[in-house]
Amino acid sequence: MSTVVGEMDHNDHHHHAPPGITRWLFTTNHKDIGTLYLWFSFIMFLVGGSMAMVIRAELFQPGLQLVEPHFFNQMTTVHGLIMVFGAVMPAFTGLANWMIPMMIGAPDMALPRMNNWSFWILPFAFAILLASLFMEGGGPAFGWTFYAPLSTTYSSDSTALFVFSVHIMGISSIMGAINVIVTIMNMRAPGMTYMKMPLFCWSWFITAFLLIAVMPVLAGAVTMVLTDKYFGTSFFDAAGGGDPVLFQHIFWFFGHPEVYIMILPAFGVVSAIIPAFARKPLFGYASMVYATAAIAGLSFLVWAHHMFTTGMPVFAELFFMYCTMLISVPTGVKVFNWVATMWRGSMTFETPMLFALAFVILFTIGGFSGLMLAITPVDFQYHDTYFVVAHFHYVLVTGAIFSIMAAAYYWLPKWTGHMYDEKLGKLHFWASLISVNVLFFPMHFAGLAGMPRRIPDYSLAFADINQIVSIGGFAFGLSQLIFLWVVIKCIKGGEKAPAKPWDGADGLEWEVPSPAPYHTFDTPPDVYDVPPEAK
Amino acid sequence: MAEQKHEKYYVPASSPWPIVGAIGLGLIAFGAGHTVIDMKNEADGWGLNVLLAGIAVILVMLFGWFRDQINESMSGFYSSQLGHSYRQGMAWFIFSEVMFFAAFFGALFYARVIAVEWLGGASNNLMTNEILWPGFEAIWPLTETPGGIRSGEMGWYGLPLYNTIILITSSFTCHFAHVGLEKGNRTQLKVWLGITILLGCIFLYLQGAEYVHAYQELGLTLDSGIYGNTFYMLTGFHGLHVTLGTIMLIVMFLRVLKGHFTPDSHFAFQATSWYWHFVDVVWVCLFIFVYVL
Repeated sequence: MSTVVGEMDHNDHHHHAPPGITRWLFTTNHKDIGTLYLWFSFIMFLVGGSMAMVIRAELFQPGLQLVEPHFFNQMTTVHGLIMVFGAVMPAFTGLANWMIPMMIGAPDMALPRMNNWSFWILPFAFAILLASLFMEGGGPAFGWTFYAPLSTTYSSDSTALFVFSVHIMGISSIMGAINVIVTIMNMRAPGMTYMKMPLFCWSWFITAFLLIAVMPVLAGAVTMVLTDKYFGTSFFDAAGGGDPVLFQHIFWFFGHPEVYIMILPAFGVVSAIIPAFARKPLFGYASMVYATAAIAGLSFLVWAHHMFTTGMPVFAELFFMYCTMLISVPTGVKVFNWVATMWRGSMTFETPMLFALAFVILFTIGGFSGLMLAITPVDFQYHDTYFVVAHFHYVLVTGAIFSIMAAAYYWLPKWTGHMYDEKLGKLHFWASLISVNVLFFPMHFAGLAGMPRRIPDYSLAFADINQIVSIGGFAFGLSQLIFLWVVIKCIKGGEKAPAKPWDGADGLEWEVPSPAPYHTFDTPPDVYDVPPEAK
Repeated sequence: MAEQKHEKYYVPASSPWPIVGAIGLGLIAFGAGHTVIDMKNEADGWGLNVLLAGIAVILVMLFGWFRDQINESMSGFYSSQLGHSYRQGMAWFIFSEVMFFAAFFGALFYARVIAVEWLGGASNNLMTNEILWPGFEAIWPLTETPGGIRSGEMGWYGLPLYNTIILITSSFTCHFAHVGLEKGNRTQLKVWLGITILLGCIFLYLQGAEYVHAYQELGLTLDSGIYGNTFYMLTGFHGLHVTLGTIMLIVMFLRVLKGHFTPDSHFAFQATSWYWHFVDVVWVCLFIFVYVL
């Protein structure tokens, strides 16, 4: 047990990166893989974003002017799929790869080769998905939720490619999640007990559990779509004894935990940043952990709130309504704790903090509209309108994506060894903040007034509101190019970053120099005196 | 940082296999997609060739990756911490498999308890039955679908019962082999492992015979309505898992013959044995919910 197994020849290249392209292709280094994930997700963010631009351009005026309705449907579908599976999830996996080993005092992820496999599946999966757009009959056009029978009876030939690309995305996510769980269970440095872990690790630990539990269910759902469409089964066809509603149950059993997969790591990021810039330890560390676990547990009991208008017994509608509302309790605990952390803190407002603050306020708006949607009788009015679009873009864009931006600004000095340009960062923040609200806030009104989602044309009554929304959309899209500029500038140079550029920051990642050495810890550090947010 | 105070971490060297595996999976997904599309359009396409190429790449990857892994393990590179990581990784992988089967069991329960009943007019769905599917009767196994497709039903007595006994027995024999390995009794290990493989093969053979019987004599097919759908998807995916498990057991047998594994260090064997017990448990659930009830 005490023998030093690490001193063999393969240890030679531990302290410098191998040269050339093979560094990236063959790597087992968590930082390289994290970087790959983050760049991949940013590219997908721009690809999915340009599809959103197509959607907003078409919706700029009533009537059909730029694209065919079928192409419009493909844009809404692939925009959703790419943003969920290609942008948000890989970005968080990238952050997990970069930060978790450093935060818990490990040299790397527990299963580094599998880690590389998880990443490299993604470019192939998305290449296949995007290629299907160019096939005869077009790509997937049934919405990212691919409800049967849209995805079975009425879908184009290319559906099989969609199915298999989702399968391999799922394999990638499951392997990534197994790696995170095993790393956290097994690689913590001595003294780094579970309740001393930074909340980012905790939130990812729980997220990884959700991923392993529900990605296989998604695989089952797409498999049934495949056999229904191509092999004559009738899981979702009443003529054969099946039921299209069954599809929705299976899909949302995956889909609801999935939305927490995209937001729990964001909670972790914000719980790291707010204490750093309020210069106070996080308020209520333990309650944050329990609240995260409670949200994850409840996420398995609320799926049918997406289906209130589909047709369910009243008892089921009430059950899912109450369970959904229950989730606001642990979520409220979190928002309270973030605010309490800032109470009487010595606050400064660097870019990461600005994004984190915007997260707290705007995510809460998204949470409140979620609470409105949870009320069964009024959901009959909101269902499938722009109100829903507004709701989930508040939680996903100003929630998940703002937290990813916050995380990028917060840890860029650690990753690159340079400070980013604070002025440009602030410009990016304010441009994003204003445009994102111009983009999504009016959608609430359009939805309440009855504008349906996923339709390329609309009543003249919605013309003004859609024009404003589209202008906000173009501005938000352009603002993200500032971010690209900031990141490239920061990689190329800039003020040298100290090991700990934020004086209120806490945690093992700030004990190592910036940029973090290629391999962080050869032997485990002792952590008896570093309870990150638990002091 | 305290030097040599703790066991040094082992980080494996970089490896080409993950990217090869990603290319393989990409080819499989692309090829399988086009194969299915070609089948539907009854066209001769190149999809199948891409699929086969992908499978070949994955086989090469598995062979190469496991070879490297075994060599490193046999040279004593690995720390006990890595052994824990592998075991936990395998346990979580099996959990993900459980959830995959859960999706299909969920479909089965929903169909039996809700979908078919409602089509037959249960709850407040009288009009669904009277207007949309007049004359449809909700029974299980669903031998006549609302659309009028007829199929036979598969009883539990006979082949399925034999298969249940065979698979449960094989779980015990697999355990005896494991005990033999832990006691250092290589003969016990080889004999019981060999018997386990034999039982796995018999199970697969009988499963094949059952399918032939169902297709040719019972008229129970994959496309004969929700009963046939759930029957074939559940038993089919289970059969694939038994096939994979048997291949894993055969690889373990070959490694045992080469003298691999010690009483303290035999992760691959342990993982295979866990996997085998898992397919056994899935079968017991299948037998109860698909065949008996």
